[in-house]
Amino acid sequence: MYRYDHYDQAMVDSRVEEFRDQTRRRLEGKLSEDQFKPLRLQNGLYLQLHAYMLRVAIPYGTLSGAQMHALADIAGKYDRGYGHFTTRQNIQYNWIKLEEAPDLLADLARVEMHAIQTSGNCIRNISSDQYAGAIADEIIDPRPYAELLRQWSSFHPEFLALPRKFKIAVIASQTDRAAMKLHDIGIRMVRNDAGEIGAAFYVGGGMGRTPMIAPCIREFVPVDQLITYSEACLRVYNRYGRRDNKYKARIKILVHELGREEYTRQVEEEFAHLLTQGIEPPLAELERIATFFADPPFETGLADDVDRSDPGFALWLDRNTLPHKQPGYAIAVISLKPVGGIPGDASVEQMHLMADLATRYSFDECRVTHAQNIVLPHVRKADLFAIWQQLEAAGLGAANLDTVEDIIACPGLDYCSLANARSIPVAQKISRRFADTGKTAELGELKLKISGCINACGHHHAGHIGILGVDRKGTENYQLLLGGSEGDDTSLGKITGPGFDEDGIVDAVERATDVYLARRQEGERFLDTYRRVGIDAFKEAIYG
Amino acid sequence: MVELLRFREDEPVADPAVTVDSFSDQSNASAVRLEPGDDARDLLPFLDQLRLVEINFPSFGDGRGYSAARILREAGFDGELRAVGDVLVDQLSHMRRCGFDSFAPEKPFNPADAQAALSRWPQAYQATGDGRRPIWALRHDAQSNG
Repeated sequence: MYRYDHYDQAMVDSRVEEFRDQTRRRLEGKLSEDQFKPLRLQNGLYLQLHAYMLRVAIPYGTLSGAQMHALADIAGKYDRGYGHFTTRQNIQYNWIKLEEAPDLLADLARVEMHAIQTSGNCIRNISSDQYAGAIADEIIDPRPYAELLRQWSSFHPEFLALPRKFKIAVIASQTDRAAMKLHDIGIRMVRNDAGEIGAAFYVGGGMGRTPMIAPCIREFVPVDQLITYSEACLRVYNRYGRRDNKYKARIKILVHELGREEYTRQVEEEFAHLLTQGIEPPLAELERIATFFADPPFETGLADDVDRSDPGFALWLDRNTLPHKQPGYAIAVISLKPVGGIPGDASVEQMHLMADLATRYSFDECRVTHAQNIVLPHVRKADLFAIWQQLEAAGLGAANLDTVEDIIACPGLDYCSLANARSIPVAQKISRRFADTGKTAELGELKLKISGCINACGHHHAGHIGILGVDRKGTENYQLLLGGSEGDDTSLGKITGPGFDEDGIVDAVERATDVYLARRQEGERFLDTYRRVGIDAFKEAIYG
Repeated sequence: MVELLRFREDEPVADPAVTVDSFSDQSNASAVRLEPGDDARDLLPFLDQLRLVEINFPSFGDGRGYSAARILREAGFDGELRAVGDVLVDQLSHMRRCGFDSFAPEKPFNPADAQAALSRWPQAYQATGDGRRPIWALRHDAQSNG
């Protein structure tokens, strides 16, 4: 994985000192809260319902064992013993004191980490495919491009006061595991007919209150023009994105209002101009970065057989591991969705264990997924049983990846000052319901996503089943959506009808899954059946 | 307290800056003020006669002026580029990188805070036309020098 050189380290260290100075000026009253707010936000610090929340950047979700240990130490030292892994492949702490935030950032900097631009109206942490470098279906490893973009977007002086936040995802496989088309810019690395690597740009996607799927604005940007093209996309947005209404300020609204053709024309014009400005790093820099992402020293000649005699292990093996590109290895996913637990939460002890497992069994590397789980990307199949035993002992052995129990949920009204309704208790009740009835296995792949407000941090638009918490006359109410998908066949869910209370939504989800079980044809997932039979059959069962 | 912070040797322009609209009418003015909604590229035909462009930040959170500044510098403007309005010390270093070389903030800067902000960053990741060699260039200089 990428390691800082003295330049990277000096930038992050300077940022810590800058924020320490800004915090001091705030506490001395020299900065007003209005002036301080964007500064703290661009250092990951939100003011939530009960305390400050701090979001740490995990570039493209990748962590070393030492970094995961440091995140655990921070949870113990500055928080109440937990960290919350997020849909942006980041981690958040919910109980932070402003006075201690500079020291926390200094602790992060010691392990080559930071909280830069994890919030605020700027380019956010770059996300990517959590299986990069391990999965067989990729065209090329997307991480060097994500790292190049990370450096370009860090402290970019022109783009620190954008109309609104800006999220970029980079993938390099035909299978989209990063919800790429639901980002402000989604980049798919591709190979053209001549065999050259380039980038397809999808611009203007997003969730929130106006969900949109990004259109492709260019099929092929040569790899040595990637930064220049990105800068052109951003400059057009910075100049012309709406600033009169924060709910219409995302780039998706600009692209929608101008139309794809006109936005593209303006980007191409700016791009042609910027090509004359010499802003693109040389290919040698991309090559320097790429050396950090070379394959680890895989052993060869390993057996692919695994002893499946323990039924609990066999279930975990089937559900939570994926084929690796290297024979004898597997990708193992640690579920942070224990039945009845808080999606994405991990304790200090659990984080230390995951760090140890990464170091011992996965070439010192783990990944955070946007579905709020942790990946051990390069594990010898012969070690899987030992890993599973240690996970089981730590409450991390849930065998439910991509099932109805593998719920994405935002923090909701338990923590968030924007939320209208709680998300966590709904997630807990649903996972308990399906675990108790034993239907989880029968339902197979079913992506369920819960947001506690219209801002859609829980990706409810993109769930096969989505739940949106709203405030109805002062009480929490939950709307049900069906048919969303974040994958290659990206689609947005449709609301079924009137909302439900907390117990009612759990019943409604179960009734929707019963329709699937009754109507499915051979090989169909929930989403496939829904698409074939349409929403009416589900409505009838839910409301009838 | 600092009311005008300037990084130029030449004499400041004495004439008041006119709006883009009135500049189009009386095209002998040497100083013009851009508002966030103005298109900096409208000025490109007149750069030879302009000695001062003020870019107004009515609110520090409106970042359009950063793009305006870079567009003018990229077109070769070498006159004074002044940030005016709600300009805060914590934006100084970014504004310098976008090509601003003078600052007339609504509320004067504390000199020590301004100095600290301007000397904060050892290097920069991007090429923005401000003359600094970005980190990627320095890295490959260093490599070729062994």
